[in-house]
Amino acid sequence: MPIYHLKTPLSEDDIRSLEVGDIVYITGTIITARDAAHRRMLTYLKEGKPLPVDLRGGVIYHCGPVVRKTDESWEVIAAGPTTSARMELYEADVIKNFGVRMIVGKGGMGSKTAEACKKYGAVYVIFTGGAAILAAKAIKQVKGVEWIDLGIPEALWIFDVENFGPLLVAIDSKGKNLISEVIEKAKARREELLKRLGVLS
Amino acid sequence: MVIFVSKGCSRLDYLANIVEKAAIEAITRATIYLPPDVKEALRKAYESEVSEASKSQLKAILDNVKLAEELRRPICQDTGLILFFTKVGYDFPGIKVIEKAFVNAVRKATKEVPLRPNTVNPITGKNPGDNTGRFVPYIHWEFTEGDSLEFTVVPKGGGSEAVGLLEFPPPGEGLRAVKRIVIDAVLKAGAKPCPPTIIGVGIGGGGDIATILAKKAACVRKLGTKHPDPEIAKLEEELYEAINELGIGAMGLGGKYTILGIHIEYAHRHPATYPVAVIFQCWATRRASAIVKADGTYSVYQ
Repeated sequence: MPIYHLKTPLSEDDIRSLEVGDIVYITGTIITARDAAHRRMLTYLKEGKPLPVDLRGGVIYHCGPVVRKTDESWEVIAAGPTTSARMELYEADVIKNFGVRMIVGKGGMGSKTAEACKKYGAVYVIFTGGAAILAAKAIKQVKGVEWIDLGIPEALWIFDVENFGPLLVAIDSKGKNLISEVIEKAKARREELLKRLGVLS
Repeated sequence: MVIFVSKGCSRLDYLANIVEKAAIEAITRATIYLPPDVKEALRKAYESEVSEASKSQLKAILDNVKLAEELRRPICQDTGLILFFTKVGYDFPGIKVIEKAFVNAVRKATKEVPLRPNTVNPITGKNPGDNTGRFVPYIHWEFTEGDSLEFTVVPKGGGSEAVGLLEFPPPGEGLRAVKRIVIDAVLKAGAKPCPPTIIGVGIGGGGDIATILAKKAACVRKLGTKHPDPEIAKLEEELYEAINELGIGAMGLGGKYTILGIHIEYAHRHPATYPVAVIFQCWATRRASAIVKADGTYSVYQ
């Protein structure tokens, strides 16, 4: 598996050269966003209000971290990915309108996101689900937090990261969707397995 | 014989304090350290996985488990909804104080470990911030002979919980329905519950009973244990093989290990219903148990 070390902001060239199965490590800035933050981004867009963060060439991380407030800043205790499927509703619009180049999550995303990745030059990569300490270790500093009124898990956390990964490319900008292919293959085996189990004749 | 040398502290207060301490220790242990049976199953899966992509995920999982232990931090940022599965001795002298002690333990552990505040009011959306609320932490009560209290703490993650299901197939379909429902549940869940998972299946009783049996089977029963009923044991083996042949693999990247185990439990059912519940437990199967004796001594184990 080819391994890439990329720095933010990401360029379209960086992204277009990635293929499903590749491993990526990110250094720079990543921004967390879950359901509520995605919803608000699109509301702001509709109302013509600017976002509190610049997402051009940026990395969005589907994550609701465990954080502890210190005297001057925040300490990230654990920060693994959350299930990306919930953001499928919004992600294509977010990629299209804010120039995001990379989405980090787990569990896979659907065809709308995959199409947006192809059209606008973005990728969906997965961080191992549950590997929260591995993720937190690569987060060097909390640069800021926005929309904290949404609650700690749902806020936009701006993280300064160093070699954040391993991230595995699950949707590339060429139209390949690795997890969805694996699930389709599994579905194709359903009938044969149910026959063997005596469910179907 | 233990003499309670207390200064304005009754025996009940003393036991409440002990149960709370044991529960905080169990929550902390469960959140940070994976039980040995689960760790072993993950290690074996890593060693025999051939898919490169899936293997890379199992490697990250094992690295993460080790780091969590070294740094004494929660394995996963989703520190779950806290569940207690109890076995209370009929003669345990502190029955009255167990519930309050568990709730206090959850509040304190939330600050100390720390845990992510995960309890949300489904009507108002408000989060009290301490992992407690209406009917949570959930306490499952079972009673037994003796004067001790035994309990297992399960911090149950939301990603795997969200793909669970309950169905009522026509009773005439019987075990064929169980097999179909389980296979379809795995296909529908895909990569979402953080595979390799442990699947719990509950059959019979009513919808509520099937579901709690499934949850206990997934979250409390240890990997590598065999169901005492040989027919159920056989069904578990058959489904284990079939599910792993689907090839979903760790994190849905394709591979040999979609599940680490499948545990089935049943209750007698009403002739008109055949409830089947399927509960998913992510690879981060967190649990720790404690035993509190009547004299106030206790131990925490996994």
